[in-house]
Amino acid sequence: MSLFGIVLGIAFFVITQAQTSGFEAFFIRTILGTNGAIRISDRFQDMHGTVSSISTNGKTRFTFQSREGARYTEGIAHPTLLRKALRRFAQVTGVSEILEGNAILSGSSRSQTIEFQGISLQEHIMVSDIEDQVIRGAIDSFSFDPMGILLGHRIAQRLMIEVGDRVTLKGGTGNIQLRVAGFFETGVSQIDKNRAYIHLANAKAFLGKRFSGSVFQLSISDPDKAPEIASQIQETIGHRVISWQEREKVWLDVFKALRISSALTVSSILLLSGLGIFNVFAIMVIEKNRDIAILRSMGFKPSDASAIFLWQGAIVLVAGVFFGSLIGMLSTYGISNIPLRIRGIFSTDSFVVNWDASHYLWAIMISVIFVSIASWIPARRAARIEPARIIRETL
Amino acid sequence: MIMSNSKFDDQPLLQVKNIHHSFVDGDTVTKVLNGVSLEIRAGETTAIVGPSGCGKSTLLYLLGLLDRPDKGEIYLNGEEVSKTEDHTRTALRNQSIGFVFQFHFLIKELSALENVALPIRKAGFSKMESQEKALEALEKLGLGSKADRFANKLSGGEQQRVAIARAIANSPSLILADEPTGNLDSQNSENVFSLLENLAHRERIGVLFVTHDSGLAQKCSNIVHFRDGLII
Repeated sequence: MSLFGIVLGIAFFVITQAQTSGFEAFFIRTILGTNGAIRISDRFQDMHGTVSSISTNGKTRFTFQSREGARYTEGIAHPTLLRKALRRFAQVTGVSEILEGNAILSGSSRSQTIEFQGISLQEHIMVSDIEDQVIRGAIDSFSFDPMGILLGHRIAQRLMIEVGDRVTLKGGTGNIQLRVAGFFETGVSQIDKNRAYIHLANAKAFLGKRFSGSVFQLSISDPDKAPEIASQIQETIGHRVISWQEREKVWLDVFKALRISSALTVSSILLLSGLGIFNVFAIMVIEKNRDIAILRSMGFKPSDASAIFLWQGAIVLVAGVFFGSLIGMLSTYGISNIPLRIRGIFSTDSFVVNWDASHYLWAIMISVIFVSIASWIPARRAARIEPARIIRETL
Repeated sequence: MIMSNSKFDDQPLLQVKNIHHSFVDGDTVTKVLNGVSLEIRAGETTAIVGPSGCGKSTLLYLLGLLDRPDKGEIYLNGEEVSKTEDHTRTALRNQSIGFVFQFHFLIKELSALENVALPIRKAGFSKMESQEKALEALEKLGLGSKADRFANKLSGGEQQRVAIARAIANSPSLILADEPTGNLDSQNSENVFSLLENLAHRERIGVLFVTHDSGLAQKCSNIVHFRDGLII
C-alpha cells in the first residue's frame, strides 16, 4: 500500500509539474516571440543620480541614489548611437526599433481602436517570431508593400476584413490608407485583438515623430539572463531597460505559485506514504523484536538489525521511483495529446506539457527524504533493541 | 556449592570471577548477582539449578555476552571478555557461543535449513557453503530429511533440535542452554539432553544448562546450586 502511495505520489508530482511548467514555458515562448526579451524605452533625465546626507546620532552618512525617482523623457534618444552602444553587448542578438501608437482602424463597415507598432520588418524578424505568426496572407507582401499592414487575426475577424482589403488608420496627424498584407496570431489574445504592424516610416509620419518617441526591442542569446543584461545596459546607456521577467512578473508569479502549490499538494501524497511506511516498519520492529534479539544472540550486529529495515525501505523506494517515473512519463505523454482549447494569455489546442528531468529529480528527492526518515527511525529502534531484556521478557 | 563429576582437568573454557549485577528501574536498584564465581571446562556439562528469580538466567546472559556485569570478570578461553568492545562481543557470540532457549525461538518465516544457516552466513560463508554446513548440523541431530520444512511445521522436539543445530552451526566452544527441555515432554527432554551431552563429549564443547529439572541436573558433569544471586 505504501509502495502504491510512493508510485502515485511520484507519478502525480511529475504530471502536475509537467503541466504547470508546460503552460509556463509555452507562455514564455509566446511572449518572447512577440514582445522580445528586453525593451529599451525612455531616456533618463537624471544621468548621474543624487547624493544626500543622513544625520543620526551626530554622525553624517552620505547615500547615493542613482535611479530612484529619476525622471525620464519618452522614447529613446539618438537611435543610431544607441545601436552602436548595444553592439558592445555580445549577448544582444537583435535590435528592432519600434514606434508605438494608438489609432482608429476602419474597415469597409466597422472601426476599432487599435495599438499599432511601426517596425522595420527585417529588424523585427531578428527579435520576434513574426514570420511564424502570420497565419493568412504573406510576410513578403508586407515587406514589399510600403503601405502594407499586418493585423492581429482577432481584429480582422471583428472588422470582417480580408487579406488585400484597404483599411484606414485614423488619428495622429491625419489619416493613412493601408493595404492588409496578412493576419498574425501570437496566441496572446490581448495582442491578437488589439495590435497591428505597419512600416516604421509610415508610423513616424503618421504620429509626426520623425526623430523621437520610438523604443528598442532586443533579442538576446540567453533569455534567462535578461535581468542581468538589462541592468548592465541600463547602467551603460542611461535609458530605462526592462527585461521580459520584469515585464511579465505578474503572470510569471501566477505560474510559480501554481507550480509550488501543486508540488506541495502532491508532496502530501508522498508524505502520507512515508507515514504509512513508518507505521508498518514501527509495528514490524515491535512484532519482530524477539527475532531481532535472537539474531543479536547469534552474532548479528545492531547495524545488521537496522539494515533489514533500511533495505526494505530502499526496495520500496527503488520500486516506487521506477514505477512512479514510468507512470508519470506515460501519463504526461497521454495528457499532452488531450485536446484542450485555450484562448487567453496564450493560445493552444491541446494540453501543453514540459519534459524536464528536474521534475523527476525533485519527485525522487522528496520520496528519498520521506522514505529515508520513515525507514531510518524504525531501523534505529531495531538497532537499539537490547537482546537480553527482550529474551528475558519473552520467557 | 559445586558438585563435580568431572573427568577432565583442562584449563577452564569459561571462568567467572566475582560477578555482580543489578537491575535499575527508576530509583529502585535490585541486586541480582552478588559475587558469583565458577568455571566451566571443555567437554563438560554443567547445570545451574535454583529457584525461580534467583538470577540463573541473568548469569547465563552475562556469560553469553548479551549483557554486561556491574563488576567482576568473565574469561572465555583465557581472554577477559566482560569489558570488551561491542563488536568483539558480537563476534564471540557468533563464533564461540551457542544459545539454546526454553522456547526454540526459530524464525517462523524461514525453513529449518535457513534458520540454521543464519549464524553461518553471518560468519562470512557463502550462501551455498552455509547451507551445506547447516545441513550437516541438521543431519547430526537427525533432521536432515526435514531441512526444508518451515520452523512452525515441525514438532516441539524437532524445533528444539533445530535450535540446537543452530547453536552448534559455527562449532562454538560453549553452549548456553536456558531451560532447553522446559517446554518438552519427558521423552523429548531426554533426547535433547542426550544430544547436548553427546555434543559436549564428542566435540569438546562446554555446555551450561540452566534448569529446574533436578533429574537432568544429576546427569551433568557439574551441578551449581544457586540462591539469591549466590552460589551456595
